[in-house]
Amino acid sequence: MKVLVPIKRVIDYNVKARVKSDKSDVDLTNVKMAMNPFCEIAIEEAIRLIEAGTASEVVAVTIGPKASQEQLRTALALGADKAIHIETDEKLESLHIAKLLAKIVEQEAPELVILGKQSIDSDNNQTGQMLAALTKRGQGTFASKVVVENGKVNVTREVDGGLQTVALNLPAVVTTDLRLNEPRYASLPNIMKAKRKPLEVIAADSLGVDLTPRIQLVSVEEPAKRTAGIIVEDVAQLVEKLKTEAKVI
Amino acid sequence: MKTLVIAEHDNGALKPETSKTINAAVKMGFPVDVLIAGNSLSAMSSQVASIDGVANVLVADNSVYEHQLAESMTDLVLSLSDSYSHIVASATTTGKNFMPRVAALLDVAQISEIIAVVDADTFKRPIYAGNAIATVKSLDSKKVITVRASSFDLQGEQSAAAVTSIDTVSDSQLSSFVSVEQTESERPELTAATVVISGGRGMQNGENFALLNGIADKLGAAIGASRAAVDAGFVPNDMQVGQTGKIVAPNLYIAVGISGAIQHLAGMKDSKVIVAINKDPDAPIFQVADYGLVADLFEVLPQLENAL
Ligand SMILES: Cc1cc2nc3c(=O)[nH]c(=O)nc-3n(C[C@H](O)[C@H](O)[C@H](O)COP(=O)(O)OP(=O)(O)OC[C@H]3O[C@@H](n4cnc5c(N)ncnc54)[C@H](O)[C@@H]3O)c2cc1C
Ligand SMILES: Nc1ncnc2c1ncn2[C@@H]1O[C@H](COP(=O)(O)O)[C@@H](O)[C@H]1O
Repeated sequence: MKVLVPIKRVIDYNVKARVKSDKSDVDLTNVKMAMNPFCEIAIEEAIRLIEAGTASEVVAVTIGPKASQEQLRTALALGADKAIHIETDEKLESLHIAKLLAKIVEQEAPELVILGKQSIDSDNNQTGQMLAALTKRGQGTFASKVVVENGKVNVTREVDGGLQTVALNLPAVVTTDLRLNEPRYASLPNIMKAKRKPLEVIAADSLGVDLTPRIQLVSVEEPAKRTAGIIVEDVAQLVEKLKTEAKVI
Repeated sequence: MKTLVIAEHDNGALKPETSKTINAAVKMGFPVDVLIAGNSLSAMSSQVASIDGVANVLVADNSVYEHQLAESMTDLVLSLSDSYSHIVASATTTGKNFMPRVAALLDVAQISEIIAVVDADTFKRPIYAGNAIATVKSLDSKKVITVRASSFDLQGEQSAAAVTSIDTVSDSQLSSFVSVEQTESERPELTAATVVISGGRGMQNGENFALLNGIADKLGAAIGASRAAVDAGFVPNDMQVGQTGKIVAPNLYIAVGISGAIQHLAGMKDSKVIVAINKDPDAPIFQVADYGLVADLFEVLPQLENAL
């Protein structure tokens, strides 16, 4: 079974994004970048399927500028067999990403595609669902458990009221939640080995997908700031303040 | 121009997210129809029909929709989509699941988790874990939008709108329901509660969460948790508050043994009043707290319960 894992280069999750003074966007100059945490979980799950003998090949794919090859090399070091870089300097929307990924799905014919549930920059939570729709596949989003057996994949999903398990016919699309697994770190020898693994580069505009923007970014602002309040002495003072000052209890 | 809102419910009861999402939809400026898709929905249609601003209620009552699987929900919404310029659902795990599928098949870019409606095409939404607020304008002729319910008010009531039943049934065959493990709780739901008390890694284990029970009882509060507490297995996943968990905005949020990571703040910093209890005076949670108590939680939680 072949597994395709789309990964995204994003701001490191420990870094607090800052808004540009002209309010045109978030300022990413000299900001530490990394693989989207949910994509790390997706890669880890794919590698575990290889280790379990369920999968035979893992292909990592990213859409983005040249620098995103860094994250592809990380995926290769973690155990992906090959990587595909769809190169573009444009800031694309989830619909575009899903359409480009659909082309790669057509080309690679993976039985399983595992994506992150959400990019921590756009916070969109769309691409996996869109890709599933465009490739006419069933979807198991927000997965905390993935079991492949008898031509199906059973996905346990983290939903608002608890956990829901669905069975999907293969081929299928899965998106990862935080508790699916704990990603490993790449070892130094594997990082060296990754440099020799195949990495194919494709120009985004060569795939015949209309990449015209559908959403205009009008402006980006800082959220309303919360200021630190006061430190109370003890429980008695806390309760007093909540009753008489804040009037919330 | 007309708007279709897809109702949030669990077959048994309508969720407050529905009314808040209708509130957002009304702000888009067009008549609002509401689709309820599920199984055995009898009482719910009249409830939705009397939410202010609703023009028509469409009910798809069939066992196929019992679990609101994304594939069948998408086919159902697509079958109705021709009549609507705006298709809107709550950004719950259900809405997040099927709406992008609808958008892709309509060839429309979805706008996720809006927190404000500027006009019929323009919306505000948080990005980067809420560290920035983007104003975005949809250039598509049809809009597919999910709504962060905690940012909108409950709608008032009206005299009942018309209810129509929808007989289209689509069972996609791509997926099927296997099982559900529902978290049972007597407490109010996190996203609906006016008071939330959450525990973090500082609680040390699941048993200690009982220290929050008495306080929650007295305040009628829901109990939440940080990711660290959920990951460590102290409490179930649906209690997680944050960027990738539930977003809450109660009148009072009490964070106990929670450090205040960006991702946690993203889920609670719009609360009206924030209280933090933490033994580390430098914990970042104090930077957003209205009232901070630097103390050992094991000492002060029993005191707090007694003082209420
Ligand atoms: C992609 C991604 C998404 C994430 N999404 C979320 C999310 O949605 N929600 C979320 O919460 N996190 C999320 N996180 C995790 C987040 O980064 C933090 O790791 C997490 O919030 C920390 O939880 P905590 O505050 O309980 O634990 P810690 O950071 O370990 O803090 C524990 C706190 O308890 C205090 N404490 C300990 N003992 C006591 C005591 N006896 N009395 C009083 N205080 C005590 C300590 O001083 C400390 O401040 C996400 C992370 C990633 C990478
Ligand atoms: N530029 C991209 N390249 C490859 N995969 C992506 C890209 N953007 C998003 N994805 C995938 O889609 C998931 C969800 O992203 P989003 O819909 O943007 O929140 C991510 O975790 C990735 O797996």
